[in-house]
Amino acid sequence: MQFPTITSPHTSRPNSVQKAMLWVILALIPGTLAMIWFFGWGILINMVLAITTAIACEALVMKLRGREIKPVIMDLSAILTAMLFAVAVPPLLPWWLTVLGVAFAILLVKQAYGGLGYNVFNPAMAAYVLLLISYPVQMTSWLPPMMLNENPMGLLQTLNVIFGGALPGSLTWDAVTMATPLDTMRTGLSLNQTVSEISSNPILGQFGGKGWEVVAGLYLLGGGFMLYKKAISWHIPVSTLGGLAVMALLFNILDGDAYPLSSFHIFSGAAMLGAFFIATDPVSAPGTRKGQIYYGAGIGILVYIIRTWGGYPDAIAFSVLLMNMAAPTIEFFTRPRTFGHRGSGND
Amino acid sequence: MSDITYGKLIRDGFWNNNQALVALLGLCPLLAVTNTAINGLGLGIATTVVFVLSNITVSLIRNIVRNEIRLPVFVLVIASFVTAVELSMNAWFFELYKILGIFIPLIVTNCAIIGRAEAFASKNNVIKSTVDGLAMGIGFTLVLVALGAAREFVGMGTLFTQAHLMFGEAARGLTFSMGEDFKGALLAILPPGAFIGLGLMLALKNNVDHRADERAKLATPEKEAETAA
Repeated sequence: MQFPTITSPHTSRPNSVQKAMLWVILALIPGTLAMIWFFGWGILINMVLAITTAIACEALVMKLRGREIKPVIMDLSAILTAMLFAVAVPPLLPWWLTVLGVAFAILLVKQAYGGLGYNVFNPAMAAYVLLLISYPVQMTSWLPPMMLNENPMGLLQTLNVIFGGALPGSLTWDAVTMATPLDTMRTGLSLNQTVSEISSNPILGQFGGKGWEVVAGLYLLGGGFMLYKKAISWHIPVSTLGGLAVMALLFNILDGDAYPLSSFHIFSGAAMLGAFFIATDPVSAPGTRKGQIYYGAGIGILVYIIRTWGGYPDAIAFSVLLMNMAAPTIEFFTRPRTFGHRGSGND
Repeated sequence: MSDITYGKLIRDGFWNNNQALVALLGLCPLLAVTNTAINGLGLGIATTVVFVLSNITVSLIRNIVRNEIRLPVFVLVIASFVTAVELSMNAWFFELYKILGIFIPLIVTNCAIIGRAEAFASKNNVIKSTVDGLAMGIGFTLVLVALGAAREFVGMGTLFTQAHLMFGEAARGLTFSMGEDFKGALLAILPPGAFIGLGLMLALKNNVDHRADERAKLATPEKEAETAA
């Protein structure tokens, strides 16, 4: 009797780029909805604008390269880039900055390197840094969360601000915008206030900032969903948040008045979004499991360093880009041992 | 090497073997000073002068210098001319000299210059070496000015600011500005802007070459077909 000979691989994976991207997009939705709830229509308008621009840019490049347009857009990667960009930028960002940023992300950071799978840098974060360095005023004009906002704007008013640059009535930018929780903490510490004094500021909530911590919690939930669906592995998010938390813990033990708690760092700014949705970008992160842990920890530590001693209140984008640069080196030094050979893969 | 025509020398310097766009030499000054068109022009002219003078000198002494010590001699020759250029700029274009700063003495280390001395001037007569130095220098200058202008325009919305530093007070009118409201992308003036700008210029040049090749390929089969018919 003879058994049939089946060659490997023995199971097929019903997985595709499109499916993986779809899980990530779905996981991003609860946090995004919370952002819209707390920070107004601007987030939604930015998102529609960003997605439209991203699709237009992808279509343009595919036309220039003489390729079919539909499959590239349907892999959803450009849409995910646009969504991540839109939740990272301030809600009232002028429309032309959104268009400029997304066009830069898709045309230069992604497609100029060869498209999906070839880009060295995370497109959304590279675009964020481009705008943050070039237009610091617009990029740091954040709105207060819904419960602290005395001048909530309707859909039409928001559209008018984003596309026309005109604030409704007699409002000024100073009246509309408010420092983010990270800004507040940073400014307070530079004025020699203690962490507990700063925490009495109405903008700060239980862990991070009011509103912000809910958004971060929902991103965490989305991250859990992606882990469950195996859209991402635990290595990068856990090491990113771990690196940040351990650094914060060490300095908090050293001097609790001058260095806020780990929970503040994890639930503030873009830490949760960065750890689960941005750092886990499979293209620009290292491929080896061990490497991913080094990569994530590097991001977490850099975020803490830049937030605490650097020139900017938040640092996810800078840290991710810096570690993107290090990714090939990390991969080189963490090559897994080849089965049947001794020592590391480097021999 | 009598087959090198002057037309080829000039084409090489400007396009086919442009030291900045093809050889990718001298990138340090190229990237560092091109935040405005005038800075680019200033450094470009200084580099061109050194190109020509060092090519002439190296060509003159090419039969006297022993092969074993040619490189130190070339470096000495180049360094002398750079020092002369630096002192001249210090005397006559002091403001520009202050802006360009360390990058004028650094022309010594511009590998494009020693590259031409070694690859061309040490093997060719004086006239050809002069033409080569001039073509290479102007080609390099054009890239510096183009990159400087692009970065200046994108970053600040102006062109040829500080033109008076180079051409005197009368040149103030050369400055073109988009006005105060222009919101330029500051990144263009910062170092990353230089890399992105140069990358785009390289892509543009390669694209133009590629299209020319395609056209040439399309043209030849037709001719062959004609002759065959």
